[in-house]
Amino acid sequence: MFYREAGQFKTSYAADQQLFPIRQDRIAMLALLVLAVAVVPLIASNYVLTAILLPFLVFALAALGLNILTGYAGQLSLGTAAFMAVGAVAAYNFQLRIPGMPVLGSFVLGGLTAALVGIGFGLPSLRIKGFYLAVATLAAQFFIPWLLVKVSWFSNNSSSGVISAQPVVILGFAFDSPVRKYLLVLAIVALMALAAKNLVRSSIGRAWMAVRDMDVAAEVIGIRIMRTKLIAFAVSSFYCGVAGALYASVYLGSVEADGFNLDLSFRILFMVIIGGVGSILGSFLGAAFITLMPIALDRLLPWAAELLNLNLPAGVTSMVQLVVFGALIILFLIVEPHGLARLWQIGKEKLRLWPFPY
Amino acid sequence: MTKHWKRSLAVVLAAIMGALVAIPATAQQAGTQFVGITGYRVGPYGANGAALFGGFIDYLNLVNERDGGVNGIKLTWEECETEYVVAKGLECYERLKTRSPTGPTAIHPMSTGITYGLVDKIPVDKIPLITWGYGRTDATDGRVFPWLFPILANYWDGATAIVKFIGEKEGGVEKLKGKKIVLLYHDSAYGKEPHPVLEAEAKKLGFELKLIPVPHPGNEQQSQWLQIRQYQPNWVILWGWGVMTATALQTAQKTGFPRDKMVGNWWAGSEIDTIAAGPAATGYYSASLNLGGKGYPVVKDIDDIVYKKMNKGSKADLIGTVLWNRGVAAAMLTVEAVRTAQAKYGKKPMTGEQVRWGIENLDVNAGRLKALGFNTMLPPVKLSCEDHGGSGLVRFQQWTGTEWRATTDWMSGDRQMVRKMVEESAARYAAEKNIKPGCLPG
Repeated sequence: MFYREAGQFKTSYAADQQLFPIRQDRIAMLALLVLAVAVVPLIASNYVLTAILLPFLVFALAALGLNILTGYAGQLSLGTAAFMAVGAVAAYNFQLRIPGMPVLGSFVLGGLTAALVGIGFGLPSLRIKGFYLAVATLAAQFFIPWLLVKVSWFSNNSSSGVISAQPVVILGFAFDSPVRKYLLVLAIVALMALAAKNLVRSSIGRAWMAVRDMDVAAEVIGIRIMRTKLIAFAVSSFYCGVAGALYASVYLGSVEADGFNLDLSFRILFMVIIGGVGSILGSFLGAAFITLMPIALDRLLPWAAELLNLNLPAGVTSMVQLVVFGALIILFLIVEPHGLARLWQIGKEKLRLWPFPY
Repeated sequence: MTKHWKRSLAVVLAAIMGALVAIPATAQQAGTQFVGITGYRVGPYGANGAALFGGFIDYLNLVNERDGGVNGIKLTWEECETEYVVAKGLECYERLKTRSPTGPTAIHPMSTGITYGLVDKIPVDKIPLITWGYGRTDATDGRVFPWLFPILANYWDGATAIVKFIGEKEGGVEKLKGKKIVLLYHDSAYGKEPHPVLEAEAKKLGFELKLIPVPHPGNEQQSQWLQIRQYQPNWVILWGWGVMTATALQTAQKTGFPRDKMVGNWWAGSEIDTIAAGPAATGYYSASLNLGGKGYPVVKDIDDIVYKKMNKGSKADLIGTVLWNRGVAAAMLTVEAVRTAQAKYGKKPMTGEQVRWGIENLDVNAGRLKALGFNTMLPPVKLSCEDHGGSGLVRFQQWTGTEWRATTDWMSGDRQMVRKMVEESAARYAAEKNIKPGCLPG
């Protein structure tokens, strides 16, 4: 009923090829954007903006980057955090060493540097596949943070190896308050998500999916494997690099290379798996699940304990939170192995048939 | 069946996410001094955190029950789990900040990484940060870092004191010439803090210094100790935290390096480390900011009142351990800062700005320590705008196999050199961030 597209006729190729062919989707997307741009800054507290929405958006961008590589091109990677580190440190150094460098320019250059490094570490993908490739990208995960720590030039000889971000000023406008930071990150993430959505529908995206589904067949029909795989690595690392630059300079404000550890790579991989492999929407849903769920549990459990009149020691709630979170992930993968994006799709189908399911 | 499952799953998910919006922040009672605690009790450093924050909360409970609060103002608190992760620490900080109209009193992040993440935020939010025995060393210069208090001793004080201690063991610092010293450090911001000052000491006193990193969390050190065995140093300085310390001691035993030639810093010198290492730890030295043990009136009070009478104690077997005592002392200094601020601003809950003044003008002398029941657990603390660090005194202790025994009196390292390096580093930071150094008005 809600999703009935009956009566929506497409009279041109452009109408048939648009991003959201169903009118309800277009309206929902528009409403979401209006909500995010106009309503959220008005009603959200500083806590919600800085501690919940900022990390959510940054991680969604990183998950998007990994999803392009793993979900669309089928190349398993464990080096996401390393590529984020490259983006963060490169953006920091471009700002530091080139006078008058615009901030957005440094983010782009940071992303491009990460893309170059990504191509370098993507080379093994031409010969090895699957788990073995994951191990090869693991090398990036260990090598890059080590290098950034070892060569103190990268952190401007800071005694503790911590880089501390410069204030973000674009065209004389300082992005210093939580609302402004949020809007800046939102704009960057929205634009890059739009680009990604279009990219995966283009010939490059189709080539990625062909390689993912069966690389021999893809080669037979004339897709150049090397070029396709390396583009996937470059684009994915670019997204991760920009996410890393935003993570360091807008969200945390200061960061040490060790912060970009294997743990972070795994978190982003889990976002992709739980959100939905090979889905742009899934990257956002997965990032929301992994970043927000622990915070929600952290608030829910003490409240529930108080309600039930249990006097839990502080340590116990922390442990219970981890246990519940882990159990939820397992439950998820059993009930819906295709991730949150698939759950959303099922919901949409249901709404389409409601109230007369057959 | 699966259909049903999926629907319930979606409902559970929506309900938990709804909690994020729906559950109101537990409002703190008006008229109380709210203390925000960013703690950690899980993760690789959870055991250390449980002792530190256990002691901290035990003391707050004692003040409420025994004294009826600080001059009649009751203390309330909330603990938020950071897991020693920077991003989580920032989330906790933002959350605790909003819990009370007077702010979270003073934040003790107990993590160098989280401290660095908060340095730029605290002047805007007007919340003081107490980082005792860790954090940004150059913050000792309070004219550049008015909101940051690395009280007692900073890492550079500690590192120079350790060099002096080694010098004394060798029969005078001049004997260090030509000796070989290894710094085995936790490869993080924390472990890298002592590098500049140790390199300066090596140049000045003429010993050879070799820096060997141990990756987080440090439970695998075979290759590092192989390097140490090849290098054959006279002494190993251990800059460890959590599981790394115990592993270092055990691996040292395996590779045959004498434990009484190893000196830890104060985060590598608690019962948690040495008991975990077993007999391998016997003879190991460490610097300490405070002494362990139960022989202090305040510890007895906590045991009698908080544990026995109120039955609200954190964990009985932690009482009197080095880290638990450190948590108690950290809480005491926070409470004394509030008391100092109240003397100036009146008997009501203090805001972040007022607490900041209270910390800066803190003067807990030997008499006050005795009156509070701390006696000689820690050295006297007196701060000023120029000096946010305090005495810089540490004491060395040796693990006998069953307990830590103090082997020296309170001693300090090369205070002059440290102060000079602190001022240089702070000036560099001020130039980078366009800060005009100066004291804040009270």
